[in-house]
Amino acid sequence: MSLHTLTIKELRNKLTAKEISPKDIVESLVKRIDSVDGKIKGYLRVNAKDAFAQAEKADISKPLGGIPIAIKDNIAVSDEGCTCSSKLLENYVSPYDATVIRKLKEAGAVLLGRTNLDEFAMGSSTENSAFGRTHNPWNLDCIPGGSSGGSAAVVAADEAIAALGTDTGGSIRQPAALCGCVGLKPTYGRVSRYGAVAFASSLDQIGPFTKTVEDSALVMNVISGYDQMENTSRPVDVPDFTKSLNAGIKGLRIGIPKEYFIDGMDKEVQTAVKKAIDWYAANGAEIIDVSLPNTEHAISVYYIVATAEASANLARFDGVRYGRRSPDGTDSINSYSKTREQGFGSEVKRRIILGTYVLSSGYYDAYYNRAQKVRQLLRRDFTEAFKKCDVILTPTSPTAAFKAGEKSDPLSMYLADIFTIAVNLAEVCGISIPCGFTSTNLPIGLQLIGSHFDEPRLLLAAHGYEQGHDWFKKKPSL
Amino acid sequence: MAYVAGLSRIDLSKEEEALFQSQLGKVLEYAQELQKVDVSSVPDTPIDPNLPTNVLREDSLRDSLTAREALLNAPKQANNLFIMPKIVE
Repeated sequence: MSLHTLTIKELRNKLTAKEISPKDIVESLVKRIDSVDGKIKGYLRVNAKDAFAQAEKADISKPLGGIPIAIKDNIAVSDEGCTCSSKLLENYVSPYDATVIRKLKEAGAVLLGRTNLDEFAMGSSTENSAFGRTHNPWNLDCIPGGSSGGSAAVVAADEAIAALGTDTGGSIRQPAALCGCVGLKPTYGRVSRYGAVAFASSLDQIGPFTKTVEDSALVMNVISGYDQMENTSRPVDVPDFTKSLNAGIKGLRIGIPKEYFIDGMDKEVQTAVKKAIDWYAANGAEIIDVSLPNTEHAISVYYIVATAEASANLARFDGVRYGRRSPDGTDSINSYSKTREQGFGSEVKRRIILGTYVLSSGYYDAYYNRAQKVRQLLRRDFTEAFKKCDVILTPTSPTAAFKAGEKSDPLSMYLADIFTIAVNLAEVCGISIPCGFTSTNLPIGLQLIGSHFDEPRLLLAAHGYEQGHDWFKKKPSL
Repeated sequence: MAYVAGLSRIDLSKEEEALFQSQLGKVLEYAQELQKVDVSSVPDTPIDPNLPTNVLREDSLRDSLTAREALLNAPKQANNLFIMPKIVE
């Protein structure tokens, strides 16, 4: 039986019916990883022996009991590495569990391995990893998206049942779209980031990659909630996210922002998303025109705010308390500068320098302060739009997966995030689900956006569409 | 570029310096469009119920990393301390 191809829901049913054991699932996945990960390179490390030991002890009465989950390598797991795909942290060992990891362990999940990412989650293609690029399971010459490209690829290739990623400007939704799986970025404050390596603290969120929307709800049930260790997590109720899934989309008000159907968008993506809108209309949802006029500024705002925050967050990597210290430092300042020169890759350096520049005296008002103000306008756009609709529908990415090496210019890579970034800036929630394939058999993603803490309606809208189609049943041939 | 790289505490090679100069120049040129946006309606301090507010707690003891755990990843250490190149002559 190919247990690795099943969903959390299907495996839980088999586990509780005692048809299978958690060890059977791990065995099936380890075989799958052995046979395909040499091509995909989604995992940085798989600890099969440890996964079997966890499976042996897994309590299947727990919500995720016996379910193997892969973890992006920028989330701390006690006594394991956490490289952030950076040379600087190659030998780092986490002394504690991130809150989401503690919650997964308490829920009986089996931690299977660690997935590749763009260094410190900076990138949209998983090409910026110090440990090599990850390949898209649908076409190995293509990128899987990023920065959580490893997590997306291993779920799409049935090398994991689910995975965790982080999303600062689209790093969960864009790779989910490009790999053909479900990726959810929760509302800012819904999930604790304690133990996730910070990139841009006003934007970062942890969220799940899954094969179905229902599985996404099942993982969200476990990882959500206020955490006293994380002061931006919010004390809001955590509902059972699976409860509302089947409430039906009849009467649901779906907003279509005209600014998201732009020139330069791939025609096949446009057609697939338009078909999805037609499907919602035909099935009783109300389609409403909305406007998010400040979307056109989202990229500029993001690359100022995110790099400014990154320049502060990454100041901690100075080779004093952890990480690889350069042996060439002659005094302390020189030691920091050499450590960072030798430890960071180009994209990380570029972003730290840009962030330092926009915060520097004389440029702060023109760049950082102005970007923060435009961010407020962008937030207002969403607040206004959500007065008229329940969820907003857009493409996740303007194109399907592109070829590795194709976007060598940083600005052209930044533009790949054009549809996902505004969601982080407005701190609302968003999900990407498969909505078709290109003529060259690459997945296309549909993004749905929900208001603050309105994940239940977001998931309902996504589940309705997913179950009305069979995109999610299609698998890459590897 | 050399000045900002210095502020960032990152040594750059001459090639990197020239490359970043042109690449970041393009990004900043793109971001110039923000100058045209009318932000007069946005107060200096945003008032938005959805924005996180300050979170305070009792100043009470709770568990944290032990000195041994905190030093586990230190590149250089001795006597329960991090060792660094000399700062003061």
